[in-house]
Amino acid sequence: MSSEWPLWEVFIRGQHGLNHRHVGSLHAADAEQAIRNARDVYTRRHEGMSIWVVRSNDIVASSPSDKGPLFEPANSKVYRHPTFYDIPDEVGPM
Amino acid sequence: MYAQMVASQPLKAAEEMSDAERAFQARIDAGEKIEPKEWMPEAYRRTLIRQIGQHAHSEIVGQLPEGNWITRAPSLQRKAILLAKVQDEAGHGLYLYSAAETLGISRDELIEMLHSGAMKYSSIFNYPTLTWADIGAVGWLVDGAAIMNQVPLQKCSYGPYARAMVRICKEESFHQRQGFDLMTKMARGTPEQKAFAQDALNRFWYPSLMMFGPSDKDSVHSAQSMAWKVKINTNDELRQKFVDQTAPQAHYLGLTVPDDKLVWNEEKNGYDFSEPDWREFYEVVAGNGPCNKDRLGARVKAWDDGAWFRDGLMAHARKRAAAKIAAE
Repeated sequence: MSSEWPLWEVFIRGQHGLNHRHVGSLHAADAEQAIRNARDVYTRRHEGMSIWVVRSNDIVASSPSDKGPLFEPANSKVYRHPTFYDIPDEVGPM
Repeated sequence: MYAQMVASQPLKAAEEMSDAERAFQARIDAGEKIEPKEWMPEAYRRTLIRQIGQHAHSEIVGQLPEGNWITRAPSLQRKAILLAKVQDEAGHGLYLYSAAETLGISRDELIEMLHSGAMKYSSIFNYPTLTWADIGAVGWLVDGAAIMNQVPLQKCSYGPYARAMVRICKEESFHQRQGFDLMTKMARGTPEQKAFAQDALNRFWYPSLMMFGPSDKDSVHSAQSMAWKVKINTNDELRQKFVDQTAPQAHYLGLTVPDDKLVWNEEKNGYDFSEPDWREFYEVVAGNGPCNKDRLGARVKAWDDGAWFRDGLMAHARKRAAAKIAAE
């Protein structure tokens, strides 16, 4: 049996109420150690107020080959953006 | 530079490429980032594993010459600073190992390749840190040279490597500044302290210039790496930039760069300077530097001595996970 510690992905929430954000990964034997290591590796300079760790194996990712079907439909839907609409200057900020 | 002489491939011309390779090169030319699970030429993957691996090993082995002085730092503050720096290097190694692992090689395989000599680390860490001033010289010169190389790599084509570089560059600036600060204190201290500072500069100057790797005319495999944007500048470009930036800093410290050919060249808007002794460089890379055996020996010993701990924690984690399942 391999003795290599499993890989974990680390997510950190910064100080200003933003979402947790993926910052990197590390190896740890269990979740507790993963949090402790993440604290040592990724928050040495006040980068975060909260840490999530998740086993890399448990992440389900979209496949690069699905890029087209997943994301291309948005290309033709420019009307979803506010900049699609011209608002006359005299109306003021909107 | 932290990755010297990474064997890449001869540059492939567009007409030699497969359709997939041409599309891949077009993405890189358009400034797109390549991400882990996307298609990439096998040679791109192999080159990156070697380069990132060597870079990671350098960070980890680089802890040894500095760790040598943690217990002998002259004040509590200097000790705390040095500890923080050495801890950062461990972090840098980890970011880089993680980036390499996204290319389909395991951490244990990478470490095994370091220990067997199949992968190298930067030649600079095979020089000893004999005095406290050397710790200043390492921060100022070695980390200074590292920054020269790492700043452009933030824009390299492989996403995980580029992102690791962004984090590393932020922290690296602290390393260089604390080194320069230490050198300033020594250079402006007693005559004896100043002599230590000068001696450290004398010994670290040429090994620092070697960090950028052989001259472009002898570095035949750069072209493909540059086309792939995993190498952004040539070795000579970076070396020139380093000398142009560092020589005035030495002057500011009242220290003398150990090169009597160092002179400002108005025409090229840069310094003329002497090349390092490349025979020495190749000797060090081949394993015959002053500290090669010590450095690798220390890494292998740490790995072997830590095996019971790694296995123990894993066994404990498995036992607890099994107990949890049994309780449910």
